[in-house]
Amino acid sequence: MSGSAPEIVPGWETVIGLEVHAELATVTKMFSGAPNRFGGEPNTNIDPVSLGLPGTLPVLNGRAVELAIRVGLALNCTVQRSVFARKNYFYPDMPKDFQISQFDLPINGEGWLELADGRRIGIERAHLEEDTGKSTHVGGGGRIHEAGHSLVDYNRAGVPLIEIVGRPDLRGTEDARAYVSELRSILVAIGASDGKMEEGSMRVDCNVSVRPVGQVELGTRCEVKNINSLRSLGRAIEYESRRQVDLLTAGERIEQQTRHWNEDEGRTHKLRSKEEAFDYRYFPEPDLMPVEPSEEWIAEIRAALPLLPRERRHRLAEAAGVETSATSLTVDRGLDDLAMATIHLGADAGRVLVHLENNLADGVGLLTAESFAALIALETGGDLTATQAKTVLASLVAEGGDPAAIASAKGFEAMDSGELEAIVDRIIAEHPDDWAALIAGDDKERKKKSGFFVGEAMKATRGQADGRAVNELLARRSAG
Amino acid sequence: MTERITRQDVAHVADLARLSLTDDELDAFTVQLADILDHAADLDALDLADVSPTAHPLPLVNVFRDDVIGPTSDRDEVLAAAPSVEDSQFKVPPVLGEGL
Amino acid sequence: MSARHLAEAVRSGARSARSVLDEHLDAISAREPEIHAFNVVLTEEATAAADEIDRRVAAGEDPGPLAGVPVAVKDNMCTRGIPTTCSSRILEGWIPPYDATVVERLAAAGAVMVGKTNLDEFAMGSSTENSAFGVTRNPLDTTKVPGGSSGGSAAAVAAGFVPLSLGSDTGGSIRQPAALCGVVGVKPTYGAVSRYGLVAFASSLDQIGPFARTVSDAALLLEVISGHDPLDSTSIPEAPADLTSVLDRGVEGMRIGIIEELSGDVLEGIAGDVRARLGEAAAALEAAGATVETTSVPSTVYGLSAYYVIAPAEASSNLARYDGVRFGLRVDAATSGEMHSATRTAGFGDEVKRRIMLGTYALSAGYYDAYYGKSQKVRTLIVDDFARAYGRYDLLLSPTSPTTAFSLGEKTADPMTMYLTDVCTIPSNLAGHPSMSVPFGVGDDGMPVGVQVLAPAMGEPAMFRAAAVLEAAAPPGAAA
Ligand SMILES: [Mg+2]
Ligand SMILES: [Zn+2]
Repeated sequence: MSGSAPEIVPGWETVIGLEVHAELATVTKMFSGAPNRFGGEPNTNIDPVSLGLPGTLPVLNGRAVELAIRVGLALNCTVQRSVFARKNYFYPDMPKDFQISQFDLPINGEGWLELADGRRIGIERAHLEEDTGKSTHVGGGGRIHEAGHSLVDYNRAGVPLIEIVGRPDLRGTEDARAYVSELRSILVAIGASDGKMEEGSMRVDCNVSVRPVGQVELGTRCEVKNINSLRSLGRAIEYESRRQVDLLTAGERIEQQTRHWNEDEGRTHKLRSKEEAFDYRYFPEPDLMPVEPSEEWIAEIRAALPLLPRERRHRLAEAAGVETSATSLTVDRGLDDLAMATIHLGADAGRVLVHLENNLADGVGLLTAESFAALIALETGGDLTATQAKTVLASLVAEGGDPAAIASAKGFEAMDSGELEAIVDRIIAEHPDDWAALIAGDDKERKKKSGFFVGEAMKATRGQADGRAVNELLARRSAG
Repeated sequence: MTERITRQDVAHVADLARLSLTDDELDAFTVQLADILDHAADLDALDLADVSPTAHPLPLVNVFRDDVIGPTSDRDEVLAAAPSVEDSQFKVPPVLGEGL
Repeated sequence: MSARHLAEAVRSGARSARSVLDEHLDAISAREPEIHAFNVVLTEEATAAADEIDRRVAAGEDPGPLAGVPVAVKDNMCTRGIPTTCSSRILEGWIPPYDATVVERLAAAGAVMVGKTNLDEFAMGSSTENSAFGVTRNPLDTTKVPGGSSGGSAAAVAAGFVPLSLGSDTGGSIRQPAALCGVVGVKPTYGAVSRYGLVAFASSLDQIGPFARTVSDAALLLEVISGHDPLDSTSIPEAPADLTSVLDRGVEGMRIGIIEELSGDVLEGIAGDVRARLGEAAAALEAAGATVETTSVPSTVYGLSAYYVIAPAEASSNLARYDGVRFGLRVDAATSGEMHSATRTAGFGDEVKRRIMLGTYALSAGYYDAYYGKSQKVRTLIVDDFARAYGRYDLLLSPTSPTTAFSLGEKTADPMTMYLTDVCTIPSNLAGHPSMSVPFGVGDDGMPVGVQVLAPAMGEPAMFRAAAVLEAAAPPGAAA
């Protein structure tokens, strides 16, 4: 991976690997028929199994396995024979005081995720495991380290999770956010998870290390837990990078630690060192049998997958003849099917993407590929200016109809170029200082002043002028 | 042959297992565990290099249930069995550190 | 009277379930204070159940194959509304909100549960001296142990308190007490009987099975409790074989091997009288038309070592949930972690602590390969050796216990001595195979000797046929 990502501390590169836990969108829990449902009165979505009562046994939810395989296929992983394992440690919100997870044999092995800019981020594994309950600290100001007591609600205990372990291929906060957004889009697209970070159905643990730019060897990493939003992800990475760089520049060593992100304080603090790391005593879960998905089953699941965001970006980029990265907004908004159909009807792909990205933020309403294509034909044929087209588009979204009819009802007529030239020359004459500033200015200033003159032209023509044509005129006159 | 279990090992294991042992218990367990593990040392005579492990006697795979809601517990019955309850939740002393 | 005859009498209306129950409750009143087979006798509940059976018979219904038969259930199987303690302080007073599958099946077959029987705490032990609620005595000589861990269930049948009872067998906990008490005890094929509701000791080894005074009654009870259970992922999906109809088919033409390693020639500690009875049993089978010869199943000698790593390892995890949060004992402390320790320290007895420690150690970082990993490989050797043996023999034979019943207190000081009493029974658990103990005469002390019949997985029909032959040929047993 190139070191071109913005440096949080100049001269230092931040290396990030993310572990994402996503709750799978099943109806019931991983190992019993208790509902997998967010919210609700405490301790109502429970049964003897999810409470870990003595004598109870887990039975694996086949749907959870299917969704996990979907995730694996969407992340280009090897879907393989897997075995559940017990991860042993004591914690009040874990009913059995062990978590059923997967260890050396996860259901999904090596894979990759492609960011919107086309870079591939390695996936080490994506395995199945069960969620814990939730403890709330009461008294002592709600802080975990102060006196008081905790209350435990097991509604979430046993909800199926997929843990997606990414390789340390990310650099900087933007990368990390882009990765999580892309992953979220994929999970939602394939129906594996609702991806709601705010409800905790997607949670991110972040491994951060720093190294001087140019150094190949990885620095010692710290794992940051308790990140609950994309915003805190960025903040936590920035904080942690600075903390580590400060230590290193002060001549100290980084200790491998697990750290806790405190959202209110905007800092991380140490939970435990590597030496204090839990000894999980993993061993094969004797109450569950291995999962060996057949080739046929995997093929069936693969065939039923929708087009993934990555595939949709590539498809649109190819159809529109643009860079893949130029299609990501349209794909994110789910407008790429409309874009594809409109382009197939012969519409100018560039104009299609511009309108979709800039003028359809509130949805497509009654707009069809046919009316959209007809509109763009009017625009590219010079019958409508960009501004007029935008107005007609709004009306197509709201009421539908024929763009030509709407345009004439609104009194939009093509303005001839002589008429526009006259108006622009008049405006230049009326604003000599601004014109001088435009000619003499640097790029930034030229842009600013051009905007001013386009605005004046629009005013003078009550929006009928074509912004592009005005800009061309200004360029010609100033080149002079 | 692995080294003999020490008193420190036993103390560490008790910690992992959430058991507090008295000094006498630590001494007794150290001797007893060492005896039992010594007996297990007869396995050291075996050449197990090419032997695969058996975790389970059954050859079953892919045992699944349907994703269908089953009966849920009666909350009051469940809470009635708990040592301490507040606001329909299980009440515990403060938890230090963090889990997963 | 046998359970079979009692059920026939109740179903035909010749006897009332209530009179059958009262007769057995009288027997319990007479000797239970001396024996202490039960943690609880359910006089009221059993009376109501018996009356209900009688009502149904009067109404022309058939209550099932165990109509009106009093049964006792080991106190590590969950019974809704009735305390289930595992003979441990940590579960004292716990009332499960659900029934174990076997308990449901007993009720559906018309059986009347008269009590929950004493056991070594969490089924860890071979003498029922590890119960938190007092020892159980051998009804044939109350200075002797009944064996364990299902000593209460064995004693209840031997004392005539009930014709049938259920035990659980992880390393011999049904067969060894059956041998020591002079009754029939069966460990079925792993997966034949649902473990749902059986409080786990070592999940990959535990199996529920019957105690009875006759081979035929054991077959009847096993038929009632076996069969697929969707609540247990390790439950065999195939329908169980019919046992009662094959009992009288004999062993003509069967090839039977006496396991050399478990019968005194290789392993030290098999008593002379036990070896003598085994020889006579072999002769009886030969007289009935079987070919019997001594054979080697070499790795069975390593069973004990592997077992005392695997079983404690699984137990250390299974018993983590006794943490004072959701049920059972709590000893309060300043933090949750300290509360866990205080609770577990006060709630578990020495043997349970010892095995938790052993298992935790065997799984801990740095020791896994040397102990747990190695033991799993030995398990493979045992499975393979049995497979070779069953290529040549239909059944195998060995003593059940190296000696007849030993005295109370005789082996409590040295855990290893106690563990050695399971040396003959452990290999079947490691392989998941069925085996059963059949009384065959008495030792020099006049106490019963049991012969163990071993079969390959699902080999119960042949195993029961041989058991029936041994039962018919057995010299007089000890009288209670
Ligand atoms: Mg993780
Ligand atoms: Zn996880």
